[in-house]
Amino acid sequence: MNIGNLPFVVAALLVAFGIYTFLYKRNLIKLVIGVSLVETGVNLFLVALGYRTAGIAPIYTFAPAAKQMVLPTPQALTLTSIVIGLATTALLLSFAVFIHRHYGTLDVRKVKELRG
Amino acid sequence: MTALTQHAPVLLIAIPLLGAFGVPLIGKLGRGARNTFVGLIALLTAAFAGLLAASVFGAAGAPSLYVLGGNGFGVPLPSGMSIPIRIILETDGMSAFMALITALITLTGAFFSFSYWKDRSGGTLYYSLLMLLTAGIFGMELTGDMFNFFVFLEVTSIAACGLIGFRVWLKTSQEAGFKVMALYTLSGLFVLLAVGLLYGQYGGLNIAYLASALTGSTIDVVALGLLLAGLALKAGAVPLHMWAPDAYGEAPAPMSAVLVANSQASLYGLFRILFTLFGLTISVAALGWILIVLALLTIFVGVTMALIQNDIKRLIAYGAVSQIGYMLLGVGVGLAVSVAKPDYGFVAMQGGIFHMFNDAACIGLLFLASGVIVRATGTRDLNQMGGLAHSMKWTSVLFLIGAFALAGVPPFNGFASKFLIYEASFKLSPFLAVVAVLSSILLLAVFVKVFQAAFLGARRDGLPAEVPIGMMVPMVALALVVIVFGLFPGFFVDKIVTPAANALWYGRDAYIGLVLGGG
Amino acid sequence: MNGISSGFGAWNPIAWALLFIGILVVGFVVRSFGKKDYKRGTGQTKVFLSGNEEPEASAALHVRGRHLYWGMVEGLSGYYRRVQALHTGILSDYAAWFVGVLAVVFVILVLVR
Repeated sequence: MNIGNLPFVVAALLVAFGIYTFLYKRNLIKLVIGVSLVETGVNLFLVALGYRTAGIAPIYTFAPAAKQMVLPTPQALTLTSIVIGLATTALLLSFAVFIHRHYGTLDVRKVKELRG
Repeated sequence: MTALTQHAPVLLIAIPLLGAFGVPLIGKLGRGARNTFVGLIALLTAAFAGLLAASVFGAAGAPSLYVLGGNGFGVPLPSGMSIPIRIILETDGMSAFMALITALITLTGAFFSFSYWKDRSGGTLYYSLLMLLTAGIFGMELTGDMFNFFVFLEVTSIAACGLIGFRVWLKTSQEAGFKVMALYTLSGLFVLLAVGLLYGQYGGLNIAYLASALTGSTIDVVALGLLLAGLALKAGAVPLHMWAPDAYGEAPAPMSAVLVANSQASLYGLFRILFTLFGLTISVAALGWILIVLALLTIFVGVTMALIQNDIKRLIAYGAVSQIGYMLLGVGVGLAVSVAKPDYGFVAMQGGIFHMFNDAACIGLLFLASGVIVRATGTRDLNQMGGLAHSMKWTSVLFLIGAFALAGVPPFNGFASKFLIYEASFKLSPFLAVVAVLSSILLLAVFVKVFQAAFLGARRDGLPAEVPIGMMVPMVALALVVIVFGLFPGFFVDKIVTPAANALWYGRDAYIGLVLGGG
Repeated sequence: MNGISSGFGAWNPIAWALLFIGILVVGFVVRSFGKKDYKRGTGQTKVFLSGNEEPEASAALHVRGRHLYWGMVEGLSGYYRRVQALHTGILSDYAAWFVGVLAVVFVILVLVR
């Protein structure tokens, strides 16, 4: 079955949902989820770039002959991006914990002592 | 020596990384061992940056290539074509210039921290994050590969936010850390989206390869827009600047200067993408004017917002934001006219690039002095200080040098670069020069406000003592740099700024040819 | 000698410094023509403010940072009210600016090509 451009459409939707969540939600944890959604969308976009129709995994050992492989480079890019996303999400969540400890609230409209 | 010079680009990234992961181990041996180790790493890094700059500027700014993990970077395909697939570090005049800036700021920041962070806990993690940030900044400045640039961009984001929110007992620093991390991550993700778009369209990640393969299609324009917005946020251009006062204000004082170097590295990335990656395949007049509009907004909003601040570090942070606008103005004028390439375009590029160095030195000096003031008086509020000049004479003189230099008062180095920017932007449109000059005067007013509030005033009881030698030496070093670069600008403009401006203005073909012409 | 030059101007800091020192020397020479026989600490050296009593310099007289540029901030109060209101301190607004600038850049770049 040919999936056509469906992965790219889904990736764009994920990025759009992530930006919407980041702009319109109040809870800090929901903002972190929004960032995570954008990141998932970008990762899906990267993996989908390498896909070739009816391609097999890019491994040479015991590979069936005369079959097209998907590109391995976007898979490496995506793995790197996932690891970076892990580090940033961990840091964001630990900051959210400290903000709750200091401010007593997780509402982004109340955590605005630094303004002006 | 030539072997060391040859490997200098990768050593500039590897040595701070070694330092970042070695500091927790060596820290087990005690504070003295840890400080010695960090000092050694900082000095080695600065030495290699100097070696790299000497070799690149000695060859009149010709780009040099370093391939990671192999002799050649091309893999010959059965068809005989060779695609560059390895990660390369391509150093030309502009990269070496930025490496010099980073080395100066991190060296003074590290040595200031020895005295500033002396009687506090958590120093091991602090130095580890500083080394990681240094490695990331050097990686951003020396790389020749787009995805590698993104990876180092994220490394600097994480390390920078770790340093901003380092003092977890302070309420506002956690808020600043969260805001900055969220914005950096979003902008980094858009940069990754753009890199993915370019990879999907052209099949390569190497900057030189992409530069030679770019047409002006819609995908390229979309990628350019994403890269421009993402890197402009990290650099701190108005209206994407609102994280910057929080970040620079809440970080420990020596780290604020290193964060400014981080923003300048993102600005370097933006210039590299606009001049070398895209070159003339896109409408440079429109892009140049976008940069000029951003620059004017940044200059004016930055300095006017600085005037009403009551917190000394936030005020200097708004000053730093405003100076980023001068760099954008100089290079934007250069970009806008880079089709016809008149003389004043090159002068504008020289001014903008020289201002990156001058601003780094002056802002470093001002942030270190503000750290000294905050440590001495125990408060960051300008309305509660006063009379410090009676007891802290050296600090007041050094602060005055930094303030005058940043505001563009002769004979310091700020005037030399701003003079070039004023004259060249006047040729393009007089309005630009008017805004730039007026904002310089307003910046002088802002620093008069700080000086009056903190240093002038009657002698009162309980005035703090002069700072110890450990904090004085880095400030004096930066002040010497400010004075020397101000008294001999011609020498430095010829030797280091002109090759850097050449690398952006004329050097696109040499950059591409080094990778694709050879093999 | 070592100055920088833009296309139509030049700046030589050594020449400027020499000129500055020369002016300082001239000022010092003019100052040395003044009277030397005055008594310090008496009414001859006190500041004259139309005959009013000048209070002693103390920390209470210090003009604080907030009040130093009051007039200028008042004059620009329309601008400051609007621009400072835009710096809300809310993270979602910062991201809204980012998306807004992204949209404007896309529109300009697509219109131009």
